[in-house]
Amino acid sequence: MSLQKRNKDERVLSIRDLNISFETSSGMVKAIRGVRMDLYRGETIAIVGESGSGKSVTVKTIMGIMASNGRIDSGTINYTFTNENGERETVDLTKMTQKEIRYRFNGKHIAMVFQDPMTSLDPTMTIGRQIMEPILLHENVSKEEAQARALKLLEEVGIENPEKRFKQYPHQLSGGMRQRVVIAIALSCNPDMLICDEPTTALDVTIQAKILELIQKLQKEHNIAVIYITHDLGVVAKVADYVDVMYAGRIIEKGDVNEIFYDPRHPYTWGLLASMPDTDTDSKRLFAIPGTPPNLLERIEGDAFAPRNPYALAIDYKAEPPMYNVGGKHRVASWLCDPRAPKVNPPEQLMERMKKMRTESAKYDND
Amino acid sequence: MTTIDYNAEPLLHVEGLKQHFKISRTYTTKAVDGISFDIYQGETYGLVGESGSGKSTTGRAIIRLYDPTDGKIIFDGHDISGKLSKEDEAYLRQNMQMIFQDPMACLNPRKKVKEIIAQGLQIHHLYSSQEELDEKVNRILDKVGLSREHATRYPQQFSGGQRQRIGIARALVMNPKLVIADEAISALDVSIQAQVVNLMKDLQDELGTTYLFIAHDLSMVKYISDRIGVMHLGHIVETGTTEEIFSNPIHPYTRSLLSAIPHPNPIVEKSRVSLEYNKEKEGVDYTKGTVHNLTKTHYVLATDEEFEKWSKIAAEHPDVF
Ligand SMILES: Nc1ncnc2c1ncn2[C@@H]1O[C@H](COP(=O)(O)OP(=O)(O)OP(=O)(O)O)[C@@H](O)[C@H]1O
Ligand SMILES: Nc1ncnc2c1ncn2[C@@H]1O[C@H](COP(=O)(O)OP(=O)(O)OP(=O)(O)O)[C@@H](O)[C@H]1O
Ligand SMILES: [Mg+2]
Ligand SMILES: [Mg+2]
Repeated sequence: MSLQKRNKDERVLSIRDLNISFETSSGMVKAIRGVRMDLYRGETIAIVGESGSGKSVTVKTIMGIMASNGRIDSGTINYTFTNENGERETVDLTKMTQKEIRYRFNGKHIAMVFQDPMTSLDPTMTIGRQIMEPILLHENVSKEEAQARALKLLEEVGIENPEKRFKQYPHQLSGGMRQRVVIAIALSCNPDMLICDEPTTALDVTIQAKILELIQKLQKEHNIAVIYITHDLGVVAKVADYVDVMYAGRIIEKGDVNEIFYDPRHPYTWGLLASMPDTDTDSKRLFAIPGTPPNLLERIEGDAFAPRNPYALAIDYKAEPPMYNVGGKHRVASWLCDPRAPKVNPPEQLMERMKKMRTESAKYDND
Repeated sequence: MTTIDYNAEPLLHVEGLKQHFKISRTYTTKAVDGISFDIYQGETYGLVGESGSGKSTTGRAIIRLYDPTDGKIIFDGHDISGKLSKEDEAYLRQNMQMIFQDPMACLNPRKKVKEIIAQGLQIHHLYSSQEELDEKVNRILDKVGLSREHATRYPQQFSGGQRQRIGIARALVMNPKLVIADEAISALDVSIQAQVVNLMKDLQDELGTTYLFIAHDLSMVKYISDRIGVMHLGHIVETGTTEEIFSNPIHPYTRSLLSAIPHPNPIVEKSRVSLEYNKEKEGVDYTKGTVHNLTKTHYVLATDEEFEKWSKIAAEHPDVF
C-alpha cells in the first residue's frame, strides 16, 4: 500500500468547496454541497456512498461534463499536470468549457470509465475502431501499430478472440464485455489520472479481479492517480488507499482504507457497512438503513442524515457538523465526534462483524 | 415464509435451450448452447457465471425477445418456445417481467418516470380508475426508495442507481408471476440493495412471486437464492441448492468463481490469491460432458473421468475461500 506521506508537488487534483445544482420542474436540486477532495500521484481514492449522493456528478464535473439543466454554483477544481514544455501547470477545470477540457486533457491526461457503458460507446462503430481512435488521435503511430495495441488491450481486459470481437458492434457484446471495451479505451493512451465510475459492476468476480489487477499494474508502472466509485465494498477493500464516504451531496467521512473499515465513526458509514451481506449472512432479512434520503429540493438544516440516525443529538437538527479531525488521516463530519458529545458505540451487529474482520486480518498482519 | 413445492409442475421449464447468433457467414456465436433447468413457484433461482457466458441471453430468450434457435420453454403451462399465439403472447407479457442490465438503454428518455412505470398497467388495463393507477405508481416508487417528486422527472435526470430503481419499479408494479432480474441491483449502494432485496422477498412471501436472479455479486446471490445455476460459455456447468454450491462446489469453474469473491476486509483482501481455471489448459469440452448427479438437486456437467477427478480434488480441498 502506498500510504506514505503525501508530497505536495505530487498533487494532481484538488477540489475545494464545490457546489452544484440542477434546475427541475419542481425546483432546484442541490446535488453537491461543498465537496473537498485531494488526489496525489500513484494513489487510489474510492468514493462510496448512497445512491444519488453525488458521486457521479462530482467526477463528471472534473471532465467538464454537465447536464444542460445543471450549473456550478461555486468552487474550484485545480488540476496539475505536466505540459508540452515539460513544466508543471495547474488549471482550474471549472473555468474551462467541456470542449476545451476534452481537447486538452481527454484520454491522454484524464480518462474516465462511465457508469453506463452503453452511453459512452458509439452503437454505429465497431469496437475495434472505437479503441483505435484515441490512440491515433493522441499518439503518433501508424494504423497497424494502433491496431496491434488495441488488440493487445482487448486481450489484457480478458476478451477472448480479440480479432473476432474487433469487428463487432457494441450491441453484439454482453454487458460485461462492453464494460471491458470502455476500460480498454480509457487505458489506451496511458492517462495520468483515471476515473472509474462503477467499472466492474457488470463483471463476474474472476474477471473483475483481473481488471482491477491490470489497473493496479498500470498504475504502478505509470504512477497514475485513480478514483474509483463503487458500491462493492470488497472492491474498495482490495484497491483503495483512501476512502471518501458521501451522503446527500457532502463527504461525511474520509480516511485511509483501514480507518474506514476497522474504525468507522459516522452513523451513516455504520449503516452502510452493516447493510452489506457477507458470505456468512444467513439472517432472514438484510439490514437496510431506515427512512429515505433527504429531499435535495429543500434546504437542509443541520446534519442531512439526522432524521435517519438513531444516534442523532439535538444539535444535529439545527447545525451542520464541522469536519472533525479524529487522528491520522481520518476526518468525520458528525457531532458525535465533538468532545462534548456522549460516547456511543456502533450497532451491535457491526461491532461483531468488525471483530471478526480484525481476527481474520490478524492472520495476514505480519507481512 | 411460503414453502416451495418441488413436486408440483415447475413454473418455468427450460429444456435444451439454444440461442445462437450468426455474426457472419462463417462465424456463429453459440451464446446459449443447450441448457435445461426448472424454476418452481415461489422460488428464487440464481444464475451466475462468467461475463459473456450467456446469462442475459438466457433471460432474453425466455421472455421471448429472441426466437430461440432450439429447445423448449414452458411457462405456467403455456408453451412459449415456438411461434406465439395471441393468447400466449398476452399471458407472457403480463405475467413475466424483466429488469434489464442496462437501465438507460430501456427507458424512453422522452417519457416521465410515472408514465414509464404506468405503461404496462395501461396496456393490460390493470386498474379501474386514474386514482388507482396513481396510487399504484406512487406506492411502488415509495417501495423502491424513490420519492414522489421523482415521478415527474425524466430518466436522464437521475443517478445510475435511481435509474435502475425505475426499471425495478416498472417490472414489479405489474405483480408478475416470474421476474427475470438481470443485474437488477448491482448499481445500488448496499443499503438500497438490501431494501430492494427485502422488497423482493416480501412480494415472494405475499404473492408467491418467482425470480430468476442473474447477478455477479455472489454474497447477494447466496443470500437470496434457493438454488443456483453456474454458467460458463453457454452451458450450465453446475447447479444445486445454495447450500450445495457453496459448501461442496465440484466444477473447477464454480470453485474458481467462489474463490474470487472479494472480501470487504482491506488487510485480507490485499494479500489474498484466488484459484485459476483455464478450460483450454485442462482440455475440457463442455459438449462432451453429461449430467452427473451428486444429489437429486446437485449436478455437474462433466465426462466420467472429469467427474471423478474433480470430485477427488473437491474432497481433498473443500475450502475455496
Ligand atoms: N440532470 C439532472 N437533473 C436533475 N437532477 C439530477 C440530474 N443529474 C443528477 N441529478 C441528481 O443529482 C443527485 C446526484 O446524482 P449522481 O448521479 O451524482 O448520484 P450518484 O452518487 O452517482 O448515485 P448512484 O450511486 O446511484 O450512481 C441525484 O439525486 C440525482 O437525482
Ligand atoms: N444480439 C447479439 N448479437 C450477437 N452476439 C450476441 C448478441 N447478444 C449477445 N451476444 C453474444 O452472446 C454471448 C453471451 O452474451 P450475454 O449477454 O448473454 O452474456 P452474459 O452472461 O449476460 O454476460 P455479462 O455478465 O457480461 O452480462 C456473448 O459472446 C455475446 O457477445
Ligand atoms: Mg453514479
Ligand atoms: Mg448480461
